Amino acid sequence: MTTVNLETLKAGETATIAAVHTDRALSYRLAALGFRIGKRVEVIRHGRFSGPLHVRIGATDIMLRKEEAQKIEVQTPAR
Amino acid sequence: MKHIALVGMPNTGKSTFFNRATGASARVGNWPGITVDLLGAKLLLAGEMVELVDLPGIYDLHGFSDDEQVVRHFMEKNPLDLVVIILNASQIERQLSLALQIKQLCLPAVLLLNMADETKKFGISIDAEKMSASLGMPVVMLSAKYGNGYQGALQIITQAIQNGTPPIPPEKLQVLLATDDQIETDMEAVLKQTVQVPIQLSDNLTTRLDRLMLHPWLGLPLFFLIMYLLFQAIFLLGKPLQDGVGWLLEAFKQGALEPLLGALPAALHGLLIEGIYNGVGTVATFVPIIVLFFLFMALVEDSGYLSRAAFLMDALMAKLGLDGRSFVMILLGFGCNVPALMGTRVMRSRSLRLLTMLVIPFSLCSARLQVFVFITAAIFSPKAAPLVLFSLYLFSFAAAFITALLFKNRFQNNEPFILELPPYRFPTLRQMVLRGWHEVRHFLSRASKFIIAGVVLVWLLTHFPQNVAPGSIGTWAGMIGHFMEPVLAPIGIDQHLAIALIFGFVAKEIVVGSLAVIYGLEGSALTGMMAQQLDWVQAYSFMLFTLIYTPCLSTIATIRSESKSLPYTLLAVAFPLGLAWLVSFAFYQAARALGY
Repeated sequence: MTTVNLETLKAGETATIAAVHTDRALSYRLAALGFRIGKRVEVIRHGRFSGPLHVRIGATDIMLRKEEAQKIEVQTPAR
Repeated sequence: MKHIALVGMPNTGKSTFFNRATGASARVGNWPGITVDLLGAKLLLAGEMVELVDLPGIYDLHGFSDDEQVVRHFMEKNPLDLVVIILNASQIERQLSLALQIKQLCLPAVLLLNMADETKKFGISIDAEKMSASLGMPVVMLSAKYGNGYQGALQIITQAIQNGTPPIPPEKLQVLLATDDQIETDMEAVLKQTVQVPIQLSDNLTTRLDRLMLHPWLGLPLFFLIMYLLFQAIFLLGKPLQDGVGWLLEAFKQGALEPLLGALPAALHGLLIEGIYNGVGTVATFVPIIVLFFLFMALVEDSGYLSRAAFLMDALMAKLGLDGRSFVMILLGFGCNVPALMGTRVMRSRSLRLLTMLVIPFSLCSARLQVFVFITAAIFSPKAAPLVLFSLYLFSFAAAFITALLFKNRFQNNEPFILELPPYRFPTLRQMVLRGWHEVRHFLSRASKFIIAGVVLVWLLTHFPQNVAPGSIGTWAGMIGHFMEPVLAPIGIDQHLAIALIFGFVAKEIVVGSLAVIYGLEGSALTGMMAQQLDWVQAYSFMLFTLIYTPCLSTIATIRSESKSLPYTLLAVAFPLGLAWLVSFAFYQAARALGY
């Protein structure tokens, strides 16, 4: 298992959320959207021109910017 | 009277349920955060009047964002007899946290699991009875959109309110919510017993559509193609309807009004027919186009494509100091700027909100569309007219983007941008008809408020004092036009158009009506006269000015009330005025210099 930030995952890769390093307000919002420790997250696509990421947690599709994705730590099986 | 509040996460169908229950027409759409205001309506439940309040969608009750604070304050200030929690059943895995938070506040509640139709498609199964037992509140599955399970839901609500305990005094509510860890443990426990989710979601329609719509290279061109085709469709369908309404109005005037009012004194006859009837009638011919426009807008809003547009444009918007939501608000502004301005409430950073509110008024709203359809039809050939209209939409985007670039350093923000991408959905016929009807009513209320007063005033200005020829330089309107000439002559706007521009400040619907009054003509006679008096350079310059300067008084009032800042409001009026003049000046002088 290696720990990386969510932004480094490629489209189609899945990982487990390990930690969310944001301020309190944002972490509540993220939790309500499904970003909770232990949840599986799949990266669907990266937007062009360093646009936002499109990810899926459970049945919810979410987009978030790279800056926020970098603050989310995920564990991936060793590549 | 007893009070019920609808609470739920954004885009879970609270307003759809609210509309179904109360017969109201709250705006609905497949976009998280479309309800930004508290909306209340009375409802008869088992012989008792209760008030149902539709609250903006919230993610949790911590209340960090403006919209969450609105809901929190409401719940803390008003005694509630019942909270109806509405959650998206297929996203129950994460949305259940809100129900648990409300349960912690010891409020009497029922839980409606909405969008049961979609849950089936996802292969998710929920045991509502078991969930009801473990949550200690009634739980019902329903589809507010199609009405399945609606009667059952209403029954549960009626029962709950009938044998409900007296409301909890609001001051007791201000307890601290338990830690999120506790909620999470509870949530896991409830979900484990009651919900089954397939490990891998099926490769459904949304995923496949997204592969095309969000394609790295095709996504943006597709977006513009879709927009272009939508506008083409509106005019293709709208033009014959518009002509039909025009014909009916003319027939009514010739067949009924003229014989009836013929005996009246000339001045009164003129005011009634050339003033009010021609003015309002010319505006009324645009109703079919406006209704069609909003039907298509409803289709786009409900489809979930707006969130995709936000995804596609976010990279560019970030460079302008905005984000994907700002772009969606600009798109919503194409309908009407006022709800788009209010839609910025979902943004937490004040700078981002102010910057977005500064650019929204450049959105070519449906009222301005009337002016442009009217003038392009009068001045340009049928072949060139659609292209001219499309170019104005491009100018609308350009003005917004340039303004954002100019002001992004004054309104710096680092607001995080996180947004749900809801599944693609289609509105029901019922929803579309409701929306169309809503727009007709909106138009009629504006017509009775502004348009009649506007055209009467224009008629008086162009017909007094009585001893000079109507519309000539000697009338009050002529004097105003003469006074404005040093400013407006360099951009090719004559005194007739100047009067229309001044009244357009109040509402753009008045512009077309006042042109009818100023020229004292309507229908094809009016457009023919305008084609004689204006060349295309003047007409285009006039349209550019109309596009960019103040949209209407309602927009200014909304900017004032949303920003709560007078200096900001002044900036939001003065800057577009200056920009409008500069753009028109540059266009007009350049076109003339090139020999057009």
